[in-house]
Amino acid sequence: MARFGMVIDTAKCVGCADCVVACETENNVPEGYARDWIKQVATGKFPNTQLEIRSERCNHCSDAPCVTACPTGASHFHDVGGIVLVDHNECIGCKACIASCPYDARFVHPEGYVDKCTFCVHRVEEGLDPACVSVCPTHCMHFGDLDDPNSEVSKLLNSRKHHSLLPEAGTKPNIFYLI
Amino acid sequence: MIEITTTRHNHLIDPSLHIWGWEIPVYLFLGGMVAGMMLISGYFLFSGRYKETNCSCYYLPIMSFLLLSLGMFALFLDLEHKPYVWRLYTTFQITSPMSWGSWILVLVYPILFASMLMRPHRLLLEKIPHVKKWHEYLHSKPMLIKYLGVVSMFFGAAIGMYTGVLLSSLGARPLWSSSILWLLFLVSGLSSAAAFVHLIAKNVYERELLAKSDNAFLILELFIITVFLIGLSSNSDVHAKALDLLMTGKYAAVFWVFVIGMGIVIPLFIQLLAVNHKIHHTPIAPIMVIIGGLILRFVIVAAGQYSHWYVLTN
Amino acid sequence: MAYLSRRRFLKISGASIVATAALSSASGIVKGAKKIEEKTGKQVKGIQKIPTYCSMCFWKCSAIAYVKDGKLWKIEGNPEDPLSNGRLCPRGTGGVGAHYDPDRLKAPLIRKSERGEEKWVQVTWDEALDYIAKKMNKIKNEYGPESIGFFSHGIGGGFFKHLLKAYGTRNIAAPSFDQCLGPRDTAFEITYGDVVGGPERTDIENAECIVLFGSHIGENMHNTQVQEFSKAVERGASIIVVDPRMSTAATKAKYYLPIKPGTDLALLLTWINILISENLYDKDYVEKYTFGFEQLKAAVSGYTPEWAYPITGIEPELIRETAHEIARYIPHTLVHPGRHSVWYGDDTQRGRALAIINALIGSWGRKGGLTNQDVFDIPSYPYPPYPKPERERADNPGGKYPFGGAEGYTTGLREATLTENPYPIKGWFVYGTNILYSLPNTQETIDAIQKLDLLVVIDVVPSEIAGYADVVLPEAVYLERYDDLFAPYFKQPFVSIRQPVVDPPHDQKPGWWIAKKLGEKLGLQKYFPWKNIEEYLDTRLKLAGLSLAELKKKGVIKGPKIPLYIEEGFEPEFETPTGKIELYSTILAEKGFDPIPKFTKHEDPPPGYFRLLFGRAPMHSFSRTQTNRLLNNVMDENEVWVNADVVKRLGLKPGEYVRLKNQDGVLSNKVRIKATERIRTDCVYIVHGFGHNARMLKGAYLKGASDSQLITKYKVDPLMGGTGMNVNFVTFETEA
Ligand SMILES: Nc1nc2c(c(=O)[nH]1)N[C@H]1C(S)=C(S)[C@@H](COP(=O)(O)OP(=O)(O)OC[C@H]3O[C@@H](n4cnc5c(=O)[nH]c(N)nc54)[C@H](O)[C@@H]3O)O[C@H]1N2
Ligand SMILES: Nc1nc2c(c(=O)[nH]1)N[C@H]1C(S)=C(S)[C@@H](COP(=O)(O)OP(=O)(O)OC[C@H]3O[C@@H](n4cnc5c(=O)[nH]c(N)nc54)[C@H](O)[C@@H]3O)O[C@H]1N2
Ligand code: SF4
Ligand code: SF4
Ligand code: SF4
Ligand code: SF4
Ligand code: SF4
Ligand SMILES: [Mo]
Repeated sequence: MARFGMVIDTAKCVGCADCVVACETENNVPEGYARDWIKQVATGKFPNTQLEIRSERCNHCSDAPCVTACPTGASHFHDVGGIVLVDHNECIGCKACIASCPYDARFVHPEGYVDKCTFCVHRVEEGLDPACVSVCPTHCMHFGDLDDPNSEVSKLLNSRKHHSLLPEAGTKPNIFYLI
Repeated sequence: MIEITTTRHNHLIDPSLHIWGWEIPVYLFLGGMVAGMMLISGYFLFSGRYKETNCSCYYLPIMSFLLLSLGMFALFLDLEHKPYVWRLYTTFQITSPMSWGSWILVLVYPILFASMLMRPHRLLLEKIPHVKKWHEYLHSKPMLIKYLGVVSMFFGAAIGMYTGVLLSSLGARPLWSSSILWLLFLVSGLSSAAAFVHLIAKNVYERELLAKSDNAFLILELFIITVFLIGLSSNSDVHAKALDLLMTGKYAAVFWVFVIGMGIVIPLFIQLLAVNHKIHHTPIAPIMVIIGGLILRFVIVAAGQYSHWYVLTN
Repeated sequence: MAYLSRRRFLKISGASIVATAALSSASGIVKGAKKIEEKTGKQVKGIQKIPTYCSMCFWKCSAIAYVKDGKLWKIEGNPEDPLSNGRLCPRGTGGVGAHYDPDRLKAPLIRKSERGEEKWVQVTWDEALDYIAKKMNKIKNEYGPESIGFFSHGIGGGFFKHLLKAYGTRNIAAPSFDQCLGPRDTAFEITYGDVVGGPERTDIENAECIVLFGSHIGENMHNTQVQEFSKAVERGASIIVVDPRMSTAATKAKYYLPIKPGTDLALLLTWINILISENLYDKDYVEKYTFGFEQLKAAVSGYTPEWAYPITGIEPELIRETAHEIARYIPHTLVHPGRHSVWYGDDTQRGRALAIINALIGSWGRKGGLTNQDVFDIPSYPYPPYPKPERERADNPGGKYPFGGAEGYTTGLREATLTENPYPIKGWFVYGTNILYSLPNTQETIDAIQKLDLLVVIDVVPSEIAGYADVVLPEAVYLERYDDLFAPYFKQPFVSIRQPVVDPPHDQKPGWWIAKKLGEKLGLQKYFPWKNIEEYLDTRLKLAGLSLAELKKKGVIKGPKIPLYIEEGFEPEFETPTGKIELYSTILAEKGFDPIPKFTKHEDPPPGYFRLLFGRAPMHSFSRTQTNRLLNNVMDENEVWVNADVVKRLGLKPGEYVRLKNQDGVLSNKVRIKATERIRTDCVYIVHGFGHNARMLKGAYLKGASDSQLITKYKVDPLMGGTGMNVNFVTFETEA
């Protein structure tokens, strides 16, 4: 079974938000909403400040609380790669999934259903990278099968220090950030 | 110092989650109170008090029916994708408290209807022969009434607990991730229901009984709140910070003044005086208890939404 | 000086002499989707991919626009494009928002009240162009054709330049020189006889050590540079960043030098001294290619790290260590020459120091240094010769600035308009430049405008400068029009095309159409012999042996590879008077300037004030993208960066709105405080382009603060007229 995930190199990311803009156009995300976003975290004292820039989105958690919280099954794991998706026609808009996501990755689409990053499943199924990955001018984002030890993402994780977001929330996120 | 800048901007979620407005607290409150009323009325059925003609078990079911429907309507109003609401009932999601809740609520209605058969409205009795038949059948089988009382109590407890479990299952909000939120909501529901019955009971004995039990519930509630707060403080750092929201932070004033002070301590004090016949019974105390119960749901829902991992860890 | 850019100038004009007769019009070419719809009466279904080049900034990456069911969907990079390598920057990706911008100009407008009040009557194109032609003829009769000035930025201005040259004026200027890279390119021209150019000849991709002065790559989102920088980071190149603010690039650097603003020359001269006195420079290279080494050595000998320390605030040890780091990777070290270099008024001399240090490390013509560049030679259209103006250019009377001038002096043109010296300027055309935001001291620009009989602004949105126009002409955005061919000097010569992807949504017209129509009204038909733009482009392409049809399909056509480095056979030629890299500049000496840069001290902020620095955000371009809803979505206002200790000391609150007040009492719009550990305590920083006060820019109106408003003071570079703008000081006004 494939387990899709992303490995993002924070050393290369410049926080340009191209990934955000590309997601907006690729997926027709309505104005004023975003499926992905940039977070810049600065620590330390000038001039010895450290900065980590992260492109964030739904982590497509393996233990996804949004899926367990959903009363209709609209939030579900996709057959391929464990991508977490929302079926718009099953979603009643109760927002339990939003309240259960520690990453605030979901939002209510103006049409009423809950929306979020799909890992661009429509592209991935055609063998393309997600839009955000393929646009990134610094090539700092990588997408692939984390369960395949020969995939680029697995190799990167094996060779570089990395972390994921809020592992303490127990959701087993599938996006990793190289330090 | 940690500086965070972000491009995030999702409506209702940024800068801090606010997806549930008044509808959900109202729904949780009404659900909780109905739970309490079902427990009380179920107990009266079970214990045979229904033999008193002015027993509140005769009008609590219809009130439960109305309040519960009101609560369900509030819940419905909160749904963003309303035309799809039927999707709740084409599936049962075993891991989802909300799915459990919606099915439980479906089962509760027949119980309420059955309880209403204890004394149906005169018009119904006259116009619909079946109602009359069932009404008579029920009264001919005291054991059946006892069972009805038990089932009513059981489902009452289920709803009461569900209202708390719904929130505490959402581990992403540290304030809610407490193992006794269900008990808090159950007891608070009971105390609101007791106050309500106390307020409207025609039977003097019941009024006295419920004032007394309400005092017990309020004392219990204080105790559970203390355990709830201690539990948060001794959990992880984020939980302790979530606790600060109630202790000293954004929601502290409302919590201490309206929930603890005016919702529990003061009415408890008044009712203690009343049951000891130091003063006359006054509707003020139960009204305060009911409002306190409502505000408790508001505070917990709002502060819980605010108690976000990121907000609290940075 | 005519001397500057001669090599490039000769190359281009030389080619244009080649004229041929066979002019055939292009035909049967895919146009915007809606056009097809009109022609065939059928709605275009499915996805079309149309190559074009981007115009969200001036880098001009090639892109492929996707049109879905006749509507613009998304824009991706063209994989064949050597600039984008198939990946656009956020502004390029967000170009979709330019087409859909609800704040766009929709039809020609003629002013109906005071200038700047933004009150208009909507007119037809005929009415607007007749009005302009009448006024132009009047100006020509009363003052002569040279009395029209033209501010133009971007390739689209080309057709208007042509029109105005045909009309008889050469008073044409762009803010991309004296408000941008002028000092740097002038310095390199003086030193190497050639410019750094844009796209820059910097081989960041292969550099083993990269030194950045300012040059906030990653915020400055010039695509190729960012991509190459990222590769350098991945390779583990040693990066040294000199900046008073910890830029994004600085956070990725091995060494970050938080220099006191305005003292870079002290650091550079000290580094030069260390490289020479410790024998760390590239001796063979210096011997072979440079002139004036001994004079340089003598001149810099006093600039020690201990001397530089109190000036720059950089520890002597750190200065030494970084000098050694620069030397360690010779010749694969690149001291980036910068781009936006108009900082303090002595910028050409700082540029000289940057040019000199690059010579000492032998970077010109080296891998990881400053590479060879060439151009895809496309002859210009065989137009009849322009009339020769009777009067000298007005923007540099008497050759006040001996250097530069190839792109004109914007502030010189403004001054001539204000003073009527050397002669009155009575009409302005403004194309693709918001000169109220790009020139320093807005009031001077407004005063000059009040002396005009005619101000025509060609824009796509109702910008600040459009607000002052007599006539506003709405141009179709780049996705809706053809423009001229793009063939820049680059390490991989290529030519690319801009072609319409969709139709303009309202009555907007492409620049070429407007220029041609106005030309006809002015009786200048013979300068517009082509029927339409396709014919024009095809003619030029045929002269180069290409075809429009092919280029339209591919978007980009590459020329042959060229040798980039000396090692690959590149033979550098230096068109300086000595034929060498002039460490000691003979022409500067001749004109009475310091032939070797000397450190000059700049004024410090008065107590309670902070130096105002400014720069870029990766998702916006200057003042032109703030209403673009896609880009607005990721950044809708700027913040003022203030050191966290200063915020505390002054009792300000992080995130609160304040106003900035400059030394002349000018107040900004309200702006949020970003309390940060990423900037020195003696300066503050804002992103340029925000704080719009043109009311019709609904998506951007009064969001954030404008550096342009606060830049009332500027220091002119005596060598080339660049306007140093980092010389303003601000303080905070709370209760915003
Ligand atoms: N996203 C985006 N990218 C752009 C543009 C855009 O509009 N948007 N514009 C493009 C254009 S035309 C240009 S010219 C470039 C401009 O971009 P650059 O050429 O990189 O501009 P600079 O002025 O060098 O860079 C600004 C940096 O210089 C620092 N700085 C200010 N004063 C000093 C000083 O005294 N000493 C030192 N060492 N550093 C100082 C500031 O803190 C800031 O980090 O950007 C290009 N790229
Ligand atoms: N204060 C301050 N001044 C600066 C700078 C700074 O950082 N701060 N940077 C300097 C630098 S490096 C540069 S290069 C210059 C840039 O200066 P400008 O080129 O003046 O840049 P913008 O402010 O973006 O103004 C561009 C104008 O062109 C319009 N426009 C956009 N697209 C089109 C089009 O397709 N057709 C037409 N006709 N118009 C169009 C926009 O709406 C906008 O009004 O500014 C310089 N001036
Ligand atoms: S596009 Fe790439 S470099 Fe830009 S913010 Fe996203 S991940 Fe970072
Ligand atoms: S990030 Fe949130 S929405 Fe995405 S899978 Fe995890 S819990 Fe669900
Ligand atoms: S909002 Fe939709 S997806 Fe989310 S839990 Fe409710 S039904 Fe499921
Ligand atoms: S994977 Fe697709 S949907 Fe998810 S953030 Fe990237 S572009 Fe958006
Ligand atoms: S750098 Fe960005 S905005 Fe500029 S031309 Fe390239 S893609 Fe367009
Ligand atoms: Mo520039």
